[in-house]
Amino acid sequence: MKTITNFIAVFALAAIFTSCNQNDEGGKSGAMASSAAEKVYVSPGEHDEYYAFLSGGYSGNLTVYGLPSGRMLKEIPVFSQFPTNGYGYSEETKDMLKTSFGMVPWGDSHHPDISQTNGEIDGRWIFINENNTPRIARISLETFETEEIIEIPHSAGNHSSSYVTENTEYVVAGTRFSVPYPQKDMPIDEMKGNFRGPLTFIAVGDDGHMEIDFQIDMPGFNYDLSHPGRGESHGWFFFTTYNTEESHTMQEVNASQNDKDFIAAVNWKKISEYVENGGGETMDAEYVHNVFDHDTQTTISTTKNEVLRVDPRDIPGAVYFMPTPKSPHGCDVDPSGEYIIGNGKLSSDLTVHSFSKMLDAIENEEFDGDAYGIPVLNFESTLAGTVKEAGLGPLHTEFDDKGNAYTTFFISSEVVKWKLDTWEVVDRQPSYYSVGHLMISGGNSRKPDGKYMISLNKITKDRYLPTGPELEHSAQLFDISGDKMELLLDFPTHGEPHYAAAIKADKIKENSKKIYRLDENNHKYAAVNESETKMVREGNEVHVYMTTVRSHFAPDNLEGIHVGDKVYFHVTNLEQDFDVPHGFAVIGANTSELLIMPGQTKTITWEPKKPGVWPFYCTDFCSALHQEMQGYIRVSAEGANTPMKWGLDDEYTSN
Amino acid sequence: MKLIVKIGLAVALVFSFVACGNSEKDEKESLRLDDYSSQPKEKETETTEAAADSGDDLSNKGIGPVKSLDLPESINSDMAANGASIFKNMCSACHKMDKKFVGPAIEGVTERRSPEWIMNMILNPEEMIKKDPIAKRLMVESNMAIMANQGLEEDQARAIVEYFRQYDAEN
Repeated sequence: MKTITNFIAVFALAAIFTSCNQNDEGGKSGAMASSAAEKVYVSPGEHDEYYAFLSGGYSGNLTVYGLPSGRMLKEIPVFSQFPTNGYGYSEETKDMLKTSFGMVPWGDSHHPDISQTNGEIDGRWIFINENNTPRIARISLETFETEEIIEIPHSAGNHSSSYVTENTEYVVAGTRFSVPYPQKDMPIDEMKGNFRGPLTFIAVGDDGHMEIDFQIDMPGFNYDLSHPGRGESHGWFFFTTYNTEESHTMQEVNASQNDKDFIAAVNWKKISEYVENGGGETMDAEYVHNVFDHDTQTTISTTKNEVLRVDPRDIPGAVYFMPTPKSPHGCDVDPSGEYIIGNGKLSSDLTVHSFSKMLDAIENEEFDGDAYGIPVLNFESTLAGTVKEAGLGPLHTEFDDKGNAYTTFFISSEVVKWKLDTWEVVDRQPSYYSVGHLMISGGNSRKPDGKYMISLNKITKDRYLPTGPELEHSAQLFDISGDKMELLLDFPTHGEPHYAAAIKADKIKENSKKIYRLDENNHKYAAVNESETKMVREGNEVHVYMTTVRSHFAPDNLEGIHVGDKVYFHVTNLEQDFDVPHGFAVIGANTSELLIMPGQTKTITWEPKKPGVWPFYCTDFCSALHQEMQGYIRVSAEGANTPMKWGLDDEYTSN
Repeated sequence: MKLIVKIGLAVALVFSFVACGNSEKDEKESLRLDDYSSQPKEKETETTEAAADSGDDLSNKGIGPVKSLDLPESINSDMAANGASIFKNMCSACHKMDKKFVGPAIEGVTERRSPEWIMNMILNPEEMIKKDPIAKRLMVESNMAIMANQGLEEDQARAIVEYFRQYDAEN
């Protein structure tokens, strides 16, 4: 018996030490250091080390994850309506989705990029592009809400976007599907030589506000991806192209005929100066610019009618083409700014261009003809090296802080690590399955953080419990701090995460807003205390000024609404404590619910169809009395003369 | 013997949780992301002797940032007016002066409670409803409707006390 007792005591002591080690950063050098589980384990109540922002692809949104745990923290609605909180349905936010094509309720988000200062990610905002109806959004990293969306005129398929320059001077947009410029009715098979692929440079102000500065009128190729120069190459931007054949049909075959397409090197500083000195010409355009105004909590939507067009041939030294084999997809610039990597997606090699060699080649006029008047540099003159036979179908490259590059290979389904300068492959790890983008925190900046890499895989198949034919995509987290990449974790992602961006959590979390202050609420229809609640009729529109607090609405009884009315519920949440939202839902609403954060006012419309007494309620479990948080609306027949009357606790007001 | 083993194990396990828990404390505090700079920290405030009493009397100062307050005899009417305006925007959705609503009627509160207790209830409601005997009883009387933290500054809570004093003096 004594032996058993002793045994248990030893076991218990061992448990104490083991459990303590898990909470101790320094403990990772112990015997358990190689455990993948330990490396991704974040104890309950503890926070992750990184925020990761993953594009939602065809969800139109942006998802926020914690790394290394792979826990999803939030979905931020950007280009798609989001009934979960009313984004795109509420009166305040529906204009965020306004475009020159009217209200577009869905988008295809692609490449998030965090704002930078001196070439380092700074955590102020994150930008993301929409491919389908070309737009760029800016999301605040204080509120984690979409603050601004600008439409890109004359573009189609805004794919080579939304990358920022190293002081966030510009965020760029491109044209993946070349189109008539300006648009016009013409035969499709007359595309060649007649379509164009404008590249748009959007200036970003100190407050984050975006304005289109200029649009470069480029030949009608497909501009696929881009990245800014940095360090010595700051002032340049690089864009990959494909379909330099300018084929208009069966591009699967016809856009893959040329041995080489181009990387366009754009000296935006030169063009910016040219424009500042009055260069370029204004042309007609129609695009919508939507800004969410925090003061009034409402979207201000403006339609603009012109854009400044720049012909690159008018500005000597503004744009060059660097021939790059085989329909290059990713266009990635290393942390020093010296190397520009063309990921020729139909090739097994990677082409690395040298920025300094490019400058020499320009200086020495080592040209190999021109394309529509834009000089084509000699291939050998800019070539720094080739990563030979690294895999099949290279797509994207990111970098660590130790002089290594990591490239995804879609066809051979792997991530390959290779050395800058020597171009030798040093490691390869399979991805499950068919990796597209990859992401290293700060991997698109001067200072990457070489701790983790995630691969964003296009095919999931058997990695998780099957969920019918439609599966979420899968990401894989690798530890890249050692010589070899070590797979730590699989986690499912939402929509199709094309690209992603990550940042150390401590650069953001201290600034994350907890509440909106009631005393800063200047919403036109706010009721900042219950005495301001009321009903106001304007013709067949009824405005209800309503408040919420744990756990009642004021008013909670409303009469005098008629079939045929359009009711605006302007709901102000009077709470001022962290994480006390209230919801608002009303039976038969053809809109969505509202989820109202403390201090906020949100508005949803309701058009009652049938006479009766109809309930509304709070959708967010707010307190022990949440189930009691409800009210009634009396709806009378059209033409009835029920007077308007509202109240709470049997104290009514009427007019 | 078996029982002893079990107890031993239980003690050891409890000990292990305690030992591990401490290391997290410092980080928690640095993680607070406050919009209101003077909002009381979540740290444990010492439980005052008064709070241990179950009496309704004025000697209970409650639990929170306000330890002791010397009120002058006279009422500062500017401060009371400011307090009335804050009360209207931040409190009146749940408290009426002359009737019980979600929470208790305010009328006469300065005769039932110390000013420190009132301010601590405003500034530190989460801890008050967990530990203070009066606050605990009031929550039960209010059908478990909790007192909301409206993120007020200490001087705002003080102004509300002045408003209550003025109201009670005049009614």
